[in-house]
Amino acid sequence: MNESAEKELKELLQRHVPRGNAEPRRDLWPQMLKRMEAPPRKWAWLDWALAGTLLAGLLLNPGTILVLLYHL
Amino acid sequence: MSIAERFAQGDRDAFEELFREYQGDVYRWVMRIVRDTGVAEDLTVEAFWKIFQAHARFDPDRNFAAWARRIATNLALDQLRKRRRELPLLGEPKEQPAACREANPGERAEAKRWIEQAMNELPPKLRVVATLALIEEVTYREIGEALGIPEATARVRGFRAVRMLREKLKNLGTNS
Repeated sequence: MNESAEKELKELLQRHVPRGNAEPRRDLWPQMLKRMEAPPRKWAWLDWALAGTLLAGLLLNPGTILVLLYHL
Repeated sequence: MSIAERFAQGDRDAFEELFREYQGDVYRWVMRIVRDTGVAEDLTVEAFWKIFQAHARFDPDRNFAAWARRIATNLALDQLRKRRRELPLLGEPKEQPAACREANPGERAEAKRWIEQAMNELPPKLRVVATLALIEEVTYREIGEALGIPEATARVRGFRAVRMLREKLKNLGTNS
C-alpha cells in the first residue's frame, strides 16, 4: 500500500462522489434557542434496561468487547 | 473583556455572538462528514449546545473554532455509528465533474452504488477519515486535530481505509 494507491482511489472517488460543500440554508439561532430552553433529556426505563442488558452481555462474553471496539 | 472570556464566564450574549460567527464553519464541517443537510443542522445545534454547557471548561486563550470543530466532529462520528447504513454518501453535486459528465450514466450510477456500499461498510472511524481525506482533500493534520488524535494516527487510519476500500471495490467488480 503506498501513496500512489491512495492517489488512484482519490481520483476514482472524486470522479463519482460530490464534495459535501454546502452553506447553511438558514440561521440556526432560533433552533439553538429552542434547544437551550428544552427540558433536560432523561433516560427512560427502557434505556436503562437496554444499557443493563448490553453490559451484562459484554461481561458474559468479554471477547465481544474487542469486536465492538474494532467496529467503533 | 473579550468575547471568549465573557463566554467562558457563561455570558449568553457572548455565546450568541460566537454562535453567529461560527455556525457556518461548524455546519460546513459537519456537512462534509454526514452529507445530509437536516442532520448537519441538528448536529450543529447539538454541538453548540454542548459548547454552551462546557463554557466553564473553555480556556479563552485557546482557539474557539478548533474546539468547536472537535466537539462537532465527535458528534458527527457518533451519528455515523448510530445511523451507519442510513446516511447518504453521495448526494447529487451541484455541478458534475467533467469526467462524470462524459461517462455513461448507467455505468456512473453503478459505480456510485459500489462506492457508496464500500464506504458504508467501513468502520465509522475509518469512514470519517476516508471521507475527509480522500473526497474532501482535508489534510491529515487537520483531521487529526478535529478527531483529537495525532496526525500519524489519522494517516494510519487513512491507509487502512484505502486498503479496505480497494479490497471492497475489487470484490464488487470495479477497479481502483
